Amino acid sequence: MGMALEKVRDDARGLSREAFVKKALVIGGGIAGISSSIDLGNAGYDVLLVEKLPSIGGRMLQLSETFPTLDCAQCTLTPKTVETGQHPHIKLLTYSEVDEVTGKAGDFRVRIRRKAAYVDWTKCTGCGLCQQKCPSKNPSEFDRGMGMAKAIYTLSPQAVPNKPVINAAMCRYLKEGKCRVCEKVCPVGAIDYEQKDAYVEERVGAIVVASGFDLMPQERFGEYGQGTIPDVIDGLSFERLNSASGPTTGEIRRPSDGKIPKEVVFIQCTGSRDPERYLPYCSRVCCMYTAKHARLYKHKVHDGQAYIFYMDIRSTGKGYEEFIQQGMEEEGILYLRGRVARMYRDGDKVVVWGVDTLTGKKVEVSADMVVLATALTPQREAKELARKLGIRADEYGFITEAHRKLRPVETDVEGIFVAGCAQGPKDIADAVAHANAAASKVQGLFAKHRNDKSVGG
Amino acid sequence: MDYLYFPGCTLYTKAKNFDQTARTCSRLLGFELKELTNWTCCGATFPLATDNVMALLPPTRILANAKEEGAVLTTLCAICFNVIKRTNRVIQGDEEKRNKINAFIEKNYQGDLRILHYLEILKKEIGFPQLKGKVKKNLSGLKAAAYYGCMLLRPFDEMEFDDKERPTIFEDFLEALGARAVDFPFKIECCGSFQSVGSPDVATECAYKILGSAMKNGAEVIVSTCPLCTFNIDHKQTDIKQKHLDFKTIPVLYFTQILGLAMGVEAETLGFEQNAVDPLPLLKEKGLL
Repeated sequence: MGMALEKVRDDARGLSREAFVKKALVIGGGIAGISSSIDLGNAGYDVLLVEKLPSIGGRMLQLSETFPTLDCAQCTLTPKTVETGQHPHIKLLTYSEVDEVTGKAGDFRVRIRRKAAYVDWTKCTGCGLCQQKCPSKNPSEFDRGMGMAKAIYTLSPQAVPNKPVINAAMCRYLKEGKCRVCEKVCPVGAIDYEQKDAYVEERVGAIVVASGFDLMPQERFGEYGQGTIPDVIDGLSFERLNSASGPTTGEIRRPSDGKIPKEVVFIQCTGSRDPERYLPYCSRVCCMYTAKHARLYKHKVHDGQAYIFYMDIRSTGKGYEEFIQQGMEEEGILYLRGRVARMYRDGDKVVVWGVDTLTGKKVEVSADMVVLATALTPQREAKELARKLGIRADEYGFITEAHRKLRPVETDVEGIFVAGCAQGPKDIADAVAHANAAASKVQGLFAKHRNDKSVGG
Repeated sequence: MDYLYFPGCTLYTKAKNFDQTARTCSRLLGFELKELTNWTCCGATFPLATDNVMALLPPTRILANAKEEGAVLTTLCAICFNVIKRTNRVIQGDEEKRNKINAFIEKNYQGDLRILHYLEILKKEIGFPQLKGKVKKNLSGLKAAAYYGCMLLRPFDEMEFDDKERPTIFEDFLEALGARAVDFPFKIECCGSFQSVGSPDVATECAYKILGSAMKNGAEVIVSTCPLCTFNIDHKQTDIKQKHLDFKTIPVLYFTQILGLAMGVEAETLGFEQNAVDPLPLLKEKGLL
């Protein structure tokens, strides 16, 4: 849209072009984005929360329990997602992605793509009948391919918003032109196979980037079977296995045959701290979550043995070292200082070749299951998002902060902030603190313009 | 197209069957192996010390002489291939060494030969689908395990041969001949290499594990690309049998022998008499002879 046209439009709406819009866009609905949004909303500012998945909660929603307290992730998170969903100042745009951003602090113009859900959410009551009756079952991405999801789905029973979307690649009607079961059973006629992507334009004064993290795919690790050994899984998969809402309803059963694994090998630093072959940086959370995994495994499989291969133990948070010690001393977890060179499938076992550098001996474990603590990476779209926003990202795609020590949540562009793992690997506590900091920076910016003619918030 | 061919020492002695079958098959596939007029031993090991320039002289001389006769050089033995290819890289990329060596051997070689393994010719120049079309005797029903060993693949970034940890070129080759390629976890493990001279027990144990893993996964025959690997996993099977009473022998063929078999080459010219474990009973049982 040309600038002149924009001006005419603004004038018509009685807006001063100089007005500083006191409304924030938060990109990413994980724990960081949720925390920033709630802070800003509670301060009285309007927030637009954009999430690419159908509902908010992010990675934390996939976790079973969290370190170092071992409290249930969903129980701590769900009140927050509900609060976000019901907050009078927060507008959710889920199943949406930021398409284009122009403008400057106080006056960003944002184009957001609302992906076709094939469901009219204004009509949908979230009764769930469509999901029950849908005949197309597919491996669930949320359950890391271990459980099944219908072609029309919500991410979890407590999804916020509790509105389903249709996976067009799996829907029988959209693929083959036959079925329409969900349409038949929907009591309010919310199914809309003709729905197309829609675009909305918004004006905001500040942006918080909280696009989160992903895991380095197992396919990258040829020495660990390249993702072809079914009982070699990654950390998030173990979270799903251990989660009461997961594919095994919380029982530790291995993917290949559903047996309870009696010997489990956990491997830290898979892809992290390996500059020659993979990523040079430390993913920061693996030491702790691997200890957590091993302990949770021992809580459920009392006669099982957990082995952890590690390079160093980095447990710098409050209560973290105690958590590790407890696992070593009281729960009989066997820590082996060394790396694993290879693993392969042998019958129904996974043979793991490693080394214990403290004794200088080679170690071979015939394991029932292996859990790889694969490296944290930014979301695949992070670099592209940074480009759209005109901010810098490092070679991996982590957003670059304005100053490594003194300006940890600001970016190079005034009005654009970063929160959580989008900036670099963080555990939940740090991600929340970072997000709180980003929200206060936004409030500071808005407060500076308190006497401007206000728009939005 | 014709390719310059560096046979290497072993292919003139212990692995004549490797050399002969490669030449025969190339003619059947429509290309000629033009043996270098003047070649020596490649040195048999690529020097690990970066200042050991002396060890680079023989392979560089081979390369320099080859350059005078053509543009693409091929070889069969995995060790020769490793030494030649890595030396070529050094000459290409290290100006100081290039000048030093050229001055010493009185040549002016710039590292501009293209080095291809025979398997790479089959894959990249002929193409496996085309190869499949030329098969006279389909090997279907034969469960063959491709054994890569180390030297074709490592170091990965210098050899650029195939995927680091899970190569497939050899299996694709076997499948093109109609055989069933058996995947087994020890296919890229070390055969024991020169340990068979100083510490034969070490090498025997390596071979025992490799062969055991292949057989456990259903292999009836093992296919190799390297005379030294073949010595360790074929000729040493008598030693393995003495140490491990449960061990059952399994024939080991060079990949050119199995290629020849599929191309319909007469059994008499496939050189089976040089194989330590006699493959004839298996091949007869499978109706391939």
